Amino acid sequence: MDKKRRKFLKMAGATVLAGISAPTIVKLSSNHAVAASGGDHAAPAAAHGEADAHHGEEQSSGVQLGMVIDMRKFYDDELLLDKAIAACHKVHNVPDIPERKSEIKWIWKTGYHNAFPDHSHNLRSQTIENSPFPVLCNHCENPSCVKACPTKATFKHEKNGIVSMDYHRCIGCRFCMAACPYGARSFNWQDPRPFIKEYNLQFPTRGRGVVEKCNFCSERLALGLEPACVEACKGSGAIVFGDLNDPHSEVREVLNKEFTIQRKPAAGTRPSVFYIV
Amino acid sequence: MYNKGLIVSGLVIFVLLVTFPIWFNGLDAGPLPKPELPPNGTKECVAPAAEMRAKHMQLLNEWRDDVIRNSNREKIVVAGVEYGKGLQLACMECHSNKEKFCDSCHDYAAVQPTCWECHITPTEAAKKEAQ
Amino acid sequence: MIEKTLKGKPAYWIWLGILASLIAIGWACYFRQYTFGLGLTGMSRDVSWGLYISQFTFLVGVAAGGLMLVLPYYIHDYKVFGRITILGEFLAIAALVMCLMFIMADLGQPLRGLNVLFYPTPYSMLFWDMCVLWGYLLLNLLCGWVILTAERKQVAPPKWIYFFVYLSLPFAVSIHTVTAMLYCGLPGRHFWLSAIIAPRFLASAFAAGPALILIACAVMKKFANFDAGEEAIKKMTTIIMYAVIINTFFFLLEFFVGYYSEVPGHMHSLEYLFFGLEHHGEVYNNLVPFMWTATLFNFAGLGILGYLKIAKIFDFRLVTVASILIFLALWTDKGLGFVFAGFVPNPLEEVTEYYPTLNEIGITIGVWATGFLLLTLLYKIALGVEEEVEH
Repeated sequence: MDKKRRKFLKMAGATVLAGISAPTIVKLSSNHAVAASGGDHAAPAAAHGEADAHHGEEQSSGVQLGMVIDMRKFYDDELLLDKAIAACHKVHNVPDIPERKSEIKWIWKTGYHNAFPDHSHNLRSQTIENSPFPVLCNHCENPSCVKACPTKATFKHEKNGIVSMDYHRCIGCRFCMAACPYGARSFNWQDPRPFIKEYNLQFPTRGRGVVEKCNFCSERLALGLEPACVEACKGSGAIVFGDLNDPHSEVREVLNKEFTIQRKPAAGTRPSVFYIV
Repeated sequence: MYNKGLIVSGLVIFVLLVTFPIWFNGLDAGPLPKPELPPNGTKECVAPAAEMRAKHMQLLNEWRDDVIRNSNREKIVVAGVEYGKGLQLACMECHSNKEKFCDSCHDYAAVQPTCWECHITPTEAAKKEAQ
Repeated sequence: MIEKTLKGKPAYWIWLGILASLIAIGWACYFRQYTFGLGLTGMSRDVSWGLYISQFTFLVGVAAGGLMLVLPYYIHDYKVFGRITILGEFLAIAALVMCLMFIMADLGQPLRGLNVLFYPTPYSMLFWDMCVLWGYLLLNLLCGWVILTAERKQVAPPKWIYFFVYLSLPFAVSIHTVTAMLYCGLPGRHFWLSAIIAPRFLASAFAAGPALILIACAVMKKFANFDAGEEAIKKMTTIIMYAVIINTFFFLLEFFVGYYSEVPGHMHSLEYLFFGLEHHGEVYNNLVPFMWTATLFNFAGLGILGYLKIAKIFDFRLVTVASILIFLALWTDKGLGFVFAGFVPNPLEEVTEYYPTLNEIGITIGVWATGFLLLTLLYKIALGVEEEVEH
């Protein structure tokens, strides 16, 4: 009797363990299958990367959305940046939390030396010293947050290179916040709804306990619209948005013509947001 | 078996406790919920009612993955009308009466879906408006 | 064997009672956090990990530290550790349970925790950390239990268990290496982006784990007539000394890299920890007193142990004092400073200091109490079996 019960308990324990780990093993092995079937697609890309490795930066194939922020336009028009920020935060139901500790921001203002600590020195021009710089998620080509996420809740879109978030899946471990070299991510330390003044009914809010950030207006792009911040600056040419991998896109033309910088290029994440300072 | 009396009476008490909700309600499951139909008069959903009743949660999960992860926002056409894939943007366009539609069954079945922690219902929007 | 936990002196029950009330406080605090959100903690947008993750990091080390008892006994057949090897295995179990509880306490959406299994992500270090932590926990449960059962029956343990015993050795190293990789693979955090993090973690773990076991031995000697044996204790102090010296050496290397190269990113966090970081005319230094106290404890503990070796005397009370000092020093270093300072300054070169809230401290104490409760019960079983065998 006693022995049987022990045996039963042991078997039950082993079965529970196997049951819990089974989905993981199935998923992991099926991932390999997907990778194998897509092998011929992946191979040239890898070869390309290898050949280019000697030149430092490599270019991925496919669409990589990105933007050039022309600060010269913002120096002249102090209100322009506020307009862009307000447009973004309104469209995405971003709460306005007064307490600095719990702030949530998708695009915000900061100083030059905060945005570009690697390009900073103490003999900055007056314009640069006194002007606010917009910062947002860089939608990196090689995002460290995506590598960190243990559930693929944050992932890189294959079709457009946007670093997206699946708020349904995020477990709130905040590993991505530690991994982002740009401080682009915010966490919902509490229910954000009381801090949203007016809802945009075309977009959800977020629940507490998940990380959030700029999504390059994926939902607006799907409707054929420009990102909200780009639209808010329309006519000024302050923000140019487009495919970085298309040599004929407007954004590439600007990049070809002007001297631009990225935030923290040394981090190796290859940001898709460029600045003309 | 040792301690026969103890074990059997323990088991009886356990079964009684576990089945408490059943016999406490007199073996009656109560009146079945009657979810209110869409106020805008739409008759046809993206799938037959029976299928929607049984599988709307799977469908919503599929849509979610399609839109968020696969950038597949293909419209669904029913009786000449196009619907997007989305809870807040498609379902609730017709089923604007969340309290009388969604909640009526969810309350009955004692399930608490977390959809509306993020997706905004018309009632929630009206409440914010009133502030 | 579980029945051994049901009989004890009044002191045993009072101790369990104290722990149980602390656990109750912890749960009450967790209930508040669960209903409101992590906003009840002192964590912020800038310092996005706090006490929970830092305790987790430290306790992974304590769990791995058991290796210093298991390895000599099984690999080098060092019989002197025969009585205490089981203490190392059981300590690992308690420490790992605490680790997992701290992770759960830290999640913003704890109910979605299983997503890590449903959507396994091999390129995320957190996924691997989960694998090795659970693996090591199960290995220790299995090995500890089977070997203790054999001891009770006074037969040799079954041969197959040695496969798992040997497997658990690299696992112990892996849990702390992977935990270090959570930090040292992040491109934007200079303080953590250092190849010496994993070795330093291991060195401090191999001191902290045995130090805690020595403290437990002292308690059990007083209350349970348990004698680990002079030779075993002496050997453990040797192990602790070497580990502390190596850990200190590694830490000083970080100082050299930072202050000799004068690369600002490599100095900021160290400056914040030990001297206070000046930023826009304000000095941020809330960890400075902790770090200097830890430094003092570190060298005082090392000094006591060194004195005992050189003067060739054995005084268990002095050994216990040294163990407590060293344990506290390593806890401050890894269980506070290492995680908090990594977030200072933030990626935008702003400084936010972290102060845990009472609620957060309540949960933390609750988890520690759970760990100590488990440790007490497990040690009670181990001691009960040894007593039974001796009589």
